[in-house]
Amino acid sequence: MEALVASAVGVLTAAGIFLILRRRTFPVILGLSLLTYAVNVFLFATGRLALNAPAVLNKYEDVPYTDPLPQALVLTAIVISFGMTAVIVMIALSAYLSSKDDHIDMTAHDSVDAPGEDA
Amino acid sequence: MSLFLIAALPFLGAVFPALLIRAGRNAAASAAALTSFLALAGLLIHLPAVMRGEVITARFDWIPSLGLNANFMLDGLGFLFAGLILGIGLLIILYARFYLSREDPMGQFYSYLLLFQGAMVGIVLSDNILLLLIFWELTSLSSFLLIGYWKHLPEGRQGARMALAVTGSGGLAMIAGMLILGNIVGSYDLSVILQNREAIQASPYYLPALILILLGCFTKSAQFPFHFWLPHAMAAPTPVSAYLHSATMVKAGLFLMARMWPVLAGTDAWFYIVATTGLVTMLVGAVIALFKDDLKALLAFSTVSHLGLVTMLLGFGTKIAVVAAIFHIINHATFKAALFMTAGIIDHETHTRDIKRLGGLRHLMPITCTIGVIAALSMAGLPPLNGFLSKEMMLEETVHTSWLDSHYLVPGLALLAALFSAAYSFRFVSHVFLGPARDDYPAHPHDPPVGLWLAPAFLVVLVVLIGLNSSAMVGPLVAVVTDAVIGGGKLPYYSLKLWHGFTPALYMSAIATFGGLFLLSQHPRAEAIWNKLPRPEAKTIFDAVIRALTLLSRFVTDQMHNGVISRYAIILIAFTVGLGYYAYSTGTIGIETRVPLPAPIIPIIGWLCLVGATLAIMWFHRNRLLSLVLIGVVGLIVSMAFNYLSAPDLALTQISVEVVTMILLLLSLNFLPTDTPWDSSAPRRWRDAAISVIAGAGAGGLIYALMLRDFAFPTISDFHLANSYKGGGGTNVVNVILVDFRGFDTFGEIIVLGIAALIIFALTEAVLGTNVRGYLLNRKPHWPQSGDSHPLMMVVVTRVMMPIALMVGAYIFFRGHNQPGGGFIAGLVVAIAFLMQYMASGYTWAIERQRFYYHGTIGWGVLIAAATGLGAWFNERPFLTSDFGYITWPPLEEFEWATAMLFDTGVFLAVLGAVMLALDSLSRFAWQPGMAQEFPMDINPLRDAPPEEDQEKEQL
Repeated sequence: MEALVASAVGVLTAAGIFLILRRRTFPVILGLSLLTYAVNVFLFATGRLALNAPAVLNKYEDVPYTDPLPQALVLTAIVISFGMTAVIVMIALSAYLSSKDDHIDMTAHDSVDAPGEDA
Repeated sequence: MSLFLIAALPFLGAVFPALLIRAGRNAAASAAALTSFLALAGLLIHLPAVMRGEVITARFDWIPSLGLNANFMLDGLGFLFAGLILGIGLLIILYARFYLSREDPMGQFYSYLLLFQGAMVGIVLSDNILLLLIFWELTSLSSFLLIGYWKHLPEGRQGARMALAVTGSGGLAMIAGMLILGNIVGSYDLSVILQNREAIQASPYYLPALILILLGCFTKSAQFPFHFWLPHAMAAPTPVSAYLHSATMVKAGLFLMARMWPVLAGTDAWFYIVATTGLVTMLVGAVIALFKDDLKALLAFSTVSHLGLVTMLLGFGTKIAVVAAIFHIINHATFKAALFMTAGIIDHETHTRDIKRLGGLRHLMPITCTIGVIAALSMAGLPPLNGFLSKEMMLEETVHTSWLDSHYLVPGLALLAALFSAAYSFRFVSHVFLGPARDDYPAHPHDPPVGLWLAPAFLVVLVVLIGLNSSAMVGPLVAVVTDAVIGGGKLPYYSLKLWHGFTPALYMSAIATFGGLFLLSQHPRAEAIWNKLPRPEAKTIFDAVIRALTLLSRFVTDQMHNGVISRYAIILIAFTVGLGYYAYSTGTIGIETRVPLPAPIIPIIGWLCLVGATLAIMWFHRNRLLSLVLIGVVGLIVSMAFNYLSAPDLALTQISVEVVTMILLLLSLNFLPTDTPWDSSAPRRWRDAAISVIAGAGAGGLIYALMLRDFAFPTISDFHLANSYKGGGGTNVVNVILVDFRGFDTFGEIIVLGIAALIIFALTEAVLGTNVRGYLLNRKPHWPQSGDSHPLMMVVVTRVMMPIALMVGAYIFFRGHNQPGGGFIAGLVVAIAFLMQYMASGYTWAIERQRFYYHGTIGWGVLIAAATGLGAWFNERPFLTSDFGYITWPPLEEFEWATAMLFDTGVFLAVLGAVMLALDSLSRFAWQPGMAQEFPMDINPLRDAPPEEDQEKEQL
């Protein structure tokens, strides 16, 4: 099981980074999403894996519990990463609609001269 | 009054003038005056204690392990300076009320002034050098605002910038020096540092620390060669000049030298650096001042000269010189503030500050003339005024000082400076007030209203009284302050009186006075010579340096930061991979201690789906819609994996986030191109692939190694498991951690989420305000549109499902504390319930039925969470401490209530609002006029128009 999780993290990381290195906005967003999965699973797995041991206390019998702390961290991370994805999508969309260009790199043509010195 | 309050009052009061200016200029000025007055009164309450030689302290340990403490102390030195800052501040507030014109934003002025006042008071009361440094930087910043107050004047802006550049960079040097000093002593508390003279002076780092700290002091106190910023700062309104350059800002450097005197002074390095700098500054300032025609420039250079005088006295390192220095600080503050205000009155009434265009004002402005002449004669050092006393003490000290075995150099140069000083003071008197009245003034001058001359008159009365009876007026104060500066021990013998007999100082005073008169009579000739002399213009040099630095930094920035984001990304990732490799190759790895879990067939199938989908994304990522579908598969498998591996909360969250993320990406894809073209070369793709594979192998290998080993240290998770029910009242430990143990983190996170949603909203607003709107209205969709854009079945089903979905949300919310669920998940579920209506019935239909705004939902969420946290304060517990209990309503089972539930409500609302606001903003891009559909089966009007690509083909 550990090997499955670890190899999945590896594949997701590799795919995410490859897509992040592309030069258009949409693949970069996809890459960030994949990398988010990888990071979340990674963090989750730092609590070590356990089956049938959710961290919900059982009043009636003594049962093992998995590590709740990484889960709490990852839960907020999932929600925050939605917020981050949404902001990036919006920036990408606005940039595309304003310039009809979805390259992420600025070209020399795009750069504007710095405003003149204050008198 | 507590020292905290004295230091905080000006900052607190700074709000009021800005608000009260709507109620009129008098209200704003009164608020400022009242603040200063309260702080001054609070300070004066401590007068008896300070006079007894006590040191009043107020301590607040913030992060003691780092030496970060908000400690304040009030001794004689602090009292003198705080008194000057607040007292003269009060007079300036009065004066400014009548000086500023109707067009000047007065509320702003008083707010800046109080900010500056607070920063200054903070400096002189700090007992922690880190705190002191913060206040020190604050004075640089707030003085920038004050000097640049007349933003429409280029001189004001340039002067402010120059002052900030010079004093700010000096402040940076001082930070380094202070940190070294704190390191030597092992404490950042001033009172501890002051006890460690031997340790500091014996340290090899003494000299660097000394030089760095002195750089800060010299730049702030305008010592040569950093004096040039001060005259340029005169572009500020006169009240600012009077305040900053007579009593406060420039005295901060002197204050610090006096404060550090017990530990830094007394060495050769101190003497040669400080005394020499002071002497040169005194002479240079006095000479330049004589040849300035602008009244304020004359006073500015004379200030430079007098600051040099005090610096020199502190540099001598003898106790009696300290007495003279302290005495002169008091005297200079009184007469120089009065002189600046007089110059302001003259400017105000005659509309010019050019000495060449003035003269004879004694006939027209008798009151101003009296004030100005007395103050100027004190500056010249004539008896029986206070300037005479301290100047004589200074001359007396120079006689006893030898510089590199020369007994004549210091007294000689000091005498020359005194001579020039007398000359420019006499020039101020004779060329402005004396002589015949002229008839070509730019305005018809007369004495100003009482509000304008009251403040300088008060100061001039002090000038005379201190001069006539100094030992009664300020004798005890000087004694207490000197005692504080020299750090205990016996006070040297001195007497503050006018007549000391025929001493060398008396002869020197006489020579200076008569020499000054002679020099003034030769002024036209001297000026001609002066104008022929080549002089370096400080401003030109400064501007050239700044220009060169700007070019350099622009060059470096352009090279590093050229806008090619993919390059930044590859550098970042390659560097991280390199770091990982370094850690891997230098570290050691323990033996495996855990037995791997078995892998049955179902997880293997899931793994195959996930890896297959990921690889397919890589292969098909140019087809954007297909890759979205595939990424949905990945998300689903991940949430199933969470569920399988004992994380039901994560599974619920992941699957609901997955839904909203997919909707978001689909919406955006509606506007973006549908395909990704090939635009990187093959070698580049191979390079990227190699880096990705290495990174992936590293991440996978790391987590594999981690999962097969136990924790190296005991974890804190057991604490959470043990206390979740006992302390937090919930059995779902993950939820209790979120809303209770780590509630503050969660509070921060809902705020971040809310900010993200507001950014999205703001971006939408900004983009739709441009010509993008027109493009969107005229664009044709990528794909042929369905004729039945809101199918009847879907509309009916979603409307039926709405209440059910809401109830599921409520159920998930309420069970959250004890079973998987909670505010985060409930917020997402309810958001999806709303989104279904958007999708089925259309944006316009949904928006017309919306009764609340999502901004408000976010705001209420954060506020409720904050209010829950604050509630703990009323029970004298720290922020966000939660409480819970159980109640039983007879027919029902035992029921739990917890304040954490209220907090979770805040989380719920914030998440709901943020998700909805983000998607709602995006939906607005798709809005088209005439889209309002009242009936579900409406025919989509866009249907008849062919999609973009078809049109292009037709054109071809």
